[in-house]
Amino acid sequence: MKTKAFQKIYTHIENITKATCMVEAEGITNEEMAIVDGRPAQVVKIVGKKITLQIFPGTQGIATDAEVVFLGRPPTLKVGNELKGRFFNAYGDPIDGGPAIEGEEVEIGGPSVNPVRRKQPSELIATGIAGIDLNNTLVTGQKIPFFADPDQPFNQVMATVALRAQADVIILGGMGMSNDDYLYYKMLFDNAGALDHIIAFINTTDNPPVERLLVPDMALTAAEYFAVNQKAKVLCLLTDMTLFADALSIVSNRMDQIPSKDSMPGSLYSDLAKVYEKAAQYPDGGSITIIAVTTLSGGDITHAVPDNTGYITEGQLYLRRDTEIAKVIIDPFRSLSRLKQLVIGKKTRSDHPQVMNTAVRLYADAANARTKLENGFDLTEYDRRTLDFAKEYSRELLAIDINIEIDKMLDTGWQLFGKYFSKDEVSIKKEFMDKYWVGTAS
Amino acid sequence: MSTKGKVVGIVANLVTIEVDGPVAQNEICYIDLGGVKLMAEVIKITGKNAFVQVFESTRGLHVGCEAEFTGHLLEVTLGPGMLSKNYDGLQNDLNKMESVFLRRGEYTPALDKDTKWRLVPLIKAGATVRAGDWIGKVKEGWIDHKIMVPFDYAGTATVKSVVAEGDYTINDTIAVVTDNDGNERNLTMTMRWPVKVEVKAHKNKPRPFKILETGQRTIDTLNPIVEGGTGFIPGPFGCGKTVLQHALSKYAESDLIIVVACGERANEVVEIFTEFPELDDPRTGRKLMERTIIICNTSNMPVAAREASVYTGMTIAEYYRTMGLKVLLLADSTSRWAQALREMSNRMEELPGPDAFPMDLSAIVANFYSRAGFVNLNNGETGSITFIGTVSPAGGNLKEPVTESTKKAARCFYALSQNRSDSKRYPAVDPIDSYSKYLEYPEVIEYLDKTVEPGWADKIMQLKDALLRGKEAHDQINILGDDGVPLEYHVTFNKSELIDFVILQQDAFDKVDASTPLKRQQYMVNKLLTICGNQFSFDNFEEVGGYFKKMINLLKQMNFKEFLCDDFKGLDRELDELLAQRMVNEQEPQAVTAS
Repeated sequence: MKTKAFQKIYTHIENITKATCMVEAEGITNEEMAIVDGRPAQVVKIVGKKITLQIFPGTQGIATDAEVVFLGRPPTLKVGNELKGRFFNAYGDPIDGGPAIEGEEVEIGGPSVNPVRRKQPSELIATGIAGIDLNNTLVTGQKIPFFADPDQPFNQVMATVALRAQADVIILGGMGMSNDDYLYYKMLFDNAGALDHIIAFINTTDNPPVERLLVPDMALTAAEYFAVNQKAKVLCLLTDMTLFADALSIVSNRMDQIPSKDSMPGSLYSDLAKVYEKAAQYPDGGSITIIAVTTLSGGDITHAVPDNTGYITEGQLYLRRDTEIAKVIIDPFRSLSRLKQLVIGKKTRSDHPQVMNTAVRLYADAANARTKLENGFDLTEYDRRTLDFAKEYSRELLAIDINIEIDKMLDTGWQLFGKYFSKDEVSIKKEFMDKYWVGTAS
Repeated sequence: MSTKGKVVGIVANLVTIEVDGPVAQNEICYIDLGGVKLMAEVIKITGKNAFVQVFESTRGLHVGCEAEFTGHLLEVTLGPGMLSKNYDGLQNDLNKMESVFLRRGEYTPALDKDTKWRLVPLIKAGATVRAGDWIGKVKEGWIDHKIMVPFDYAGTATVKSVVAEGDYTINDTIAVVTDNDGNERNLTMTMRWPVKVEVKAHKNKPRPFKILETGQRTIDTLNPIVEGGTGFIPGPFGCGKTVLQHALSKYAESDLIIVVACGERANEVVEIFTEFPELDDPRTGRKLMERTIIICNTSNMPVAAREASVYTGMTIAEYYRTMGLKVLLLADSTSRWAQALREMSNRMEELPGPDAFPMDLSAIVANFYSRAGFVNLNNGETGSITFIGTVSPAGGNLKEPVTESTKKAARCFYALSQNRSDSKRYPAVDPIDSYSKYLEYPEVIEYLDKTVEPGWADKIMQLKDALLRGKEAHDQINILGDDGVPLEYHVTFNKSELIDFVILQQDAFDKVDASTPLKRQQYMVNKLLTICGNQFSFDNFEEVGGYFKKMINLLKQMNFKEFLCDDFKGLDRELDELLAQRMVNEQEPQAVTAS
């Protein structure tokens, strides 16, 4: 879409709602951007000459004679190397006081990757956190959210993962982020000396909520530029996708659409998928990996947002406070990385899958034993051993403050098996038992 | 002259076109946006306004864009060359698209018009034919691809001429037929067919009865599906739905697999694209990809095309079924298809049904499932489409509209359970909730008697009973405590655990365990039933778990070994020794050993 030499200006608004206004205009294209009374807006509906505009900051104070300027192009972002180290708002304008970006202007929310041109993700992302690397290994080109309650330290864990992941470019898309969190990220990246490969698109809570809808597209358009043009390994952090979905529901509500589950729009699945599916391993080396945050209310994953997200993303990570060891752990039961099969036992030691599964199975036995204990039943000798195992497993491997190599995680696993269990109870393929078993002979 | 029109309204991908002539419901049109043609389907007509759903992004579209109507419904092109292809939901060949990103308005032909096929005629001049009759065959990969009389041919016709055996392209005339009124028609190797209309070029559709081996124990043994049967797999996310579907597509005993990736993750399709060309098909010794067609409309591809994709898959399946092939059609996931229906119904401002789904959802789903089935062809051959769809119930709640509608339509139900998945018991198919209606068919029971062993259906019921009793015992143990129940409860529970670990659980990532032939399943089932029929002596409940764990361990190791290899037999002997320690039957342990 070329920018036109002259712009069409209208000054007669027919009607105004909370989020939209309608003008009569001609030659207007779908999804084109406009400025209404100085505020960014986008065409969302065309019926003959009647053009409905969604005004991102809201319509408060807009008069019927306000100036409407159509820009003749959909929302765009100027991309280039200068993006690195900069902070932007949802429209891609700098908010860090630096100069505007001079670069190629590209449409945001561009087309999807042809599925047959994608490569299968196969490169492991090591984070040092055993709850992730051992049990829920991350892979480039993956998309995975943290399902977390607002009181959990997901921002810290996500930042740790981002900084250890050895990505070429880290892009932060902040939606409805509190100013404090924004400053936390800024400070953390600064202190880590990582600012030169960080780009942030931030919509804080003091910005209008509907603006958030642009943030993921902005962040991912920048990500695509680096992943495709520079073959970079891009890590995109999106927080918080629940607030993104809330903005979707506000818009659909104001457009008089019939809500489906939990007052979310019927298109929620497609809307979220459009964002998450930008994660890809490109044929010539570049990749986009998305780590997102979906906040839950009271751990309820049946709510439409986490539910639809779960069907789109390749797994999810849960944090849980383990009172036994007084630390936050990555919950081994509910967390899942769907792409781990592509790397574990292949890019890592061949005993990885079995060690992982066995440890989780024994940890599940411990959970059963704990239930028994809570219900006042006697524990068997085996039950007691599983409880001891669980505590040490949790402290040595699941806690989020762990930072060790994957081989060390596996060795730790074998040590714990040997310390607490017999060979029969562990029941791993014989070839691995012969090689790694460190317990007693029977 | 074809009808033309002009765009007068746009809301997302619902576009209103004012037309200058007749239009039909579901007719296809192309909207011209600065030289880029956007394909769309008519979904509502009011007066001069046709409402069309556009199969692409409508960004940049404006009032006044011209549209041209094609006069036909959404169609697929059928002919040799579809095997191993990767299509999108509208049957565009994805491999022929050069760029990394999908370009709007880029449509690629489904079949290659230049390829020469070696045609062997199957009929002679003078023969009487009707729709679906075989007039010739070509080798498409390893299958005999039959060239058929077009399915739209009404009544019978006389063959006037047939070409000699030789190499032809799909558009060459290979036969001329004359209908009863003397009209001549040239036949080629290709035809077009509207996807939403069932192909009925067969004699009849009897009740299906042949078991379709899938290699998955939890399906074949406990709740078998038949050739031409229907089944569905609902389950919350993270329960292994897709892994199970992939396992089915790899190991099921069918001639042809059509996988419809409908609104699911792109990386899952990439997995198929990457693995299938490498994996060996145990039946043909060729690569798995050579018996596979993939229809791929991932979640980020346009929603309207997602709705079309399941129909595209079904129509291609029907085409191959009419050649007398066993087709397995898999759709992952039908919920995404239903959601596509919901999005359009919402934009058209229809009054919503439950959860904002369209009111006729149930009817649409039932109608789709009914297109599967086992058929007798006019020439006495048979063909079948077995359809297994997955459902992704919102919040894991099986009472939601898509699951409920599907439950009414499908005959097999493979419920994936969150509990099983949490404790890594894969495949997480719940043995108690799942069912196969086919086990009630007398013709299926008879078939099992003949092909597996007499009384097999009874043995399945015994297994199911043992599992149910084990679950009840487990509930009692949980309520009353380990020592609050009789010792026998622990034995009953552990027997069901034995069945669970050895039969139900299967390692999809292990080379041997990933697929189990029915013969081997039969062997293991008999072995387990014998063990479960035995009495064991224990002094206290603590001994029970440990003893059974040893047994499970041995049997699991057996599952990882080649059937009846030396290691397998060694483990079998070890198992017998273990059994002898505690068994109190007169029965000799040899009774459960491989001979």
